[in-house]
Amino acid sequence: MAILVVAEHDNKALKGATLNTVAAAKAIGGDIAVLVAGAGCAAVAEAAAKVAGVSKVLVADNAAYANQLAENMGTLVAEVGKGYSHVLAPATTSGKNFMPRVAALLDVAQISEIIAVESADTFKRPIYAGNVIATVKSADAIKVITVRTTGFDAVAAEGGSAAVEAVSGPADAGLSSFVGEELAKSDRPELTSAKIVVSGGRGMQNGDNFEMLYKVADKLGAAVGASRAAVDAGFVPNDMQVGQTGKIVAPDLYIAVGISGAIQHLAGMKDSKVIVAINKDEDAPIFQVADYGLVADLFEAVPALEKLL
Amino acid sequence: MKVLVAVKRVVDYNVKVRPKADGSGVDLANVKMALNPFCEIAVEEAVRLKEKGVATEVVVVSAGGKACQEQIRTALALGADRGIHVETEAELQPLAVAKLLKAVVDKEQAQLVILGKQSIDGDNNQTGQMLAALAGMAQGTFASEVVVDGGNLKVTREIDGGLQTVSLKLPAVVTTDLRLNEPRYASLPNIMKAKKKPLDVVTPDALGVNVESKLTLVKVEPPAERKAGIKVESVEQLVDKLKNEAKVI
Ligand SMILES: Cc1cc2nc3c(=O)[nH]c(=O)nc-3n(C[C@H](O)[C@H](O)[C@H](O)COP(=O)(O)OP(=O)(O)OC[C@H]3O[C@@H](n4cnc5c(N)ncnc54)[C@H](O)[C@@H]3O)c2cc1C
Ligand SMILES: Nc1ncnc2c1ncn2[C@@H]1O[C@H](COP(=O)(O)O)[C@@H](O)[C@H]1O
Repeated sequence: MAILVVAEHDNKALKGATLNTVAAAKAIGGDIAVLVAGAGCAAVAEAAAKVAGVSKVLVADNAAYANQLAENMGTLVAEVGKGYSHVLAPATTSGKNFMPRVAALLDVAQISEIIAVESADTFKRPIYAGNVIATVKSADAIKVITVRTTGFDAVAAEGGSAAVEAVSGPADAGLSSFVGEELAKSDRPELTSAKIVVSGGRGMQNGDNFEMLYKVADKLGAAVGASRAAVDAGFVPNDMQVGQTGKIVAPDLYIAVGISGAIQHLAGMKDSKVIVAINKDEDAPIFQVADYGLVADLFEAVPALEKLL
Repeated sequence: MKVLVAVKRVVDYNVKVRPKADGSGVDLANVKMALNPFCEIAVEEAVRLKEKGVATEVVVVSAGGKACQEQIRTALALGADRGIHVETEAELQPLAVAKLLKAVVDKEQAQLVILGKQSIDGDNNQTGQMLAALAGMAQGTFASEVVVDGGNLKVTREIDGGLQTVSLKLPAVVTTDLRLNEPRYASLPNIMKAKKKPLDVVTPDALGVNVESKLTLVKVEPPAERKAGIKVESVEQLVDKLKNEAKVI
């Protein structure tokens, strides 16, 4: 079996999600190649070549892939992917954007967000906001798969020495163009890979009050997340949303502050190792998944917590 | 500009579903069904485009059993002009839906197709992207803002790192994210009016689409249960537990 993993990167650095995806490829078993598609992305290819277990790195360095527009990525990955039994990408917003195009162009199904590999053709994936785990089996010649990173422990970033090979792909399809980007800047760890996550919900009342959570987070070296209600109300930006339709996290410690615990929120955090809930309503559903629940007014509990850390 | 909106009938988002005891599928007996929330946002966006004079007609399409005509009627009550029901009792995978939608798009010559980013039952997040690839169209997924400007579409997208804006050539496919708009409620008069709006029924055969899939469901099971935890009395006790019992800080 030959497996193609599409690397996640920003042309400068290889993103951690790639390492979890390689881990999924290892679980399938076979020869693993990594495709780095970008522009001026030589450093990423070098990093990918060092990843443990990777035997080949393919680099498609072309202005058409600079921003990984789905239209161009779709044709490139389908083209390159033809020679493989499996094509994998992380289930990030980037992977979710182009991988279904790859599957459609290859006329095969896509298996979304797998969390476990049963065998080379059988996989587990959560459905219904994680209330059900489905085992699915594919008889397609090429399995196109997105990988939920929390389902697989990252492989080592160092230790490999894969050969790097240039590949050429289709030119810019001219269907779409990149206009701009507003990326959140933060010195805190990335939400999806942080060891500790502190999240706030509607109970925070406004964006300014999130300062309290940032202070706690900084003492813990944690990332800060939010519920949909907090994002919709404009307290914090969209990239902080944890849940079924936001980011999936599984840190060692998740602290939910002023979050009720709707199933859509739980879908994004209930695989965390230890869950703490701070909520003034003792019947809030979040307490049903919390290892440690504190029934308290967050405006007293959070500053007190910060002092004690 | 003609706008096509794809809508799906799903279990209501408030329902916590369970696997059947024999693991053969999800127990959907007597559960409340609804329009997929992301599809509601898609319908709202199309209707707003019509209200702004950008869209000339809003056509909704749903594929599935007879019952999904209810969701088409809901979309009509929200302001869509007419409906198309692709009737089939077959279990539809996203690729099959995308092929059906492609056939409808070809027939209708729609300039813009709006779908939800994700159906909340299968959590696939595929159909819009697949349709775009099959139709050779550009896509603006996870949209939080859509602006039509001449022959192009400016779409702001919710991505992991923040927001990204892309410009798409029309015709194009858009999939909705939560912040795109806040859907309206259907008024009673509009619900009554919706009953008289045209609704055509077609079959996959008539559209020339084979809906078979090579993906099979082996079994379903409940996720690992979390053990119930404890309530702590104070912030001090919480910190003590996290340090000395859980050892996570
Ligand atoms: C299609 C769809 C997708 C969705 N996707 C997501 C998703 O990805 N992520 C997500 O989070 N949600 C998602 N939701 C929304 C979800 O259903 C809930 O509405 C949302 O999670 C609620 O957010 P919340 O807990 O912050 O707000 P609420 O449910 O309003 O809860 C606020 C909590 O704060 C507590 N509180 C208030 N004041 C204080 C105080 N002073 N001290 C202590 N506690 C206080 C209250 O007791 C309450 O429990 C989705 C919904 C739909 C329909
Ligand atoms: N059976 C269907 N009929 C019409 N539209 C659908 C159907 N299934 C999925 N869609 C559309 O595709 C979107 C994404 O669904 P999915 O790819 O299943 O997550 C939905 O929000 C709908 O807009």
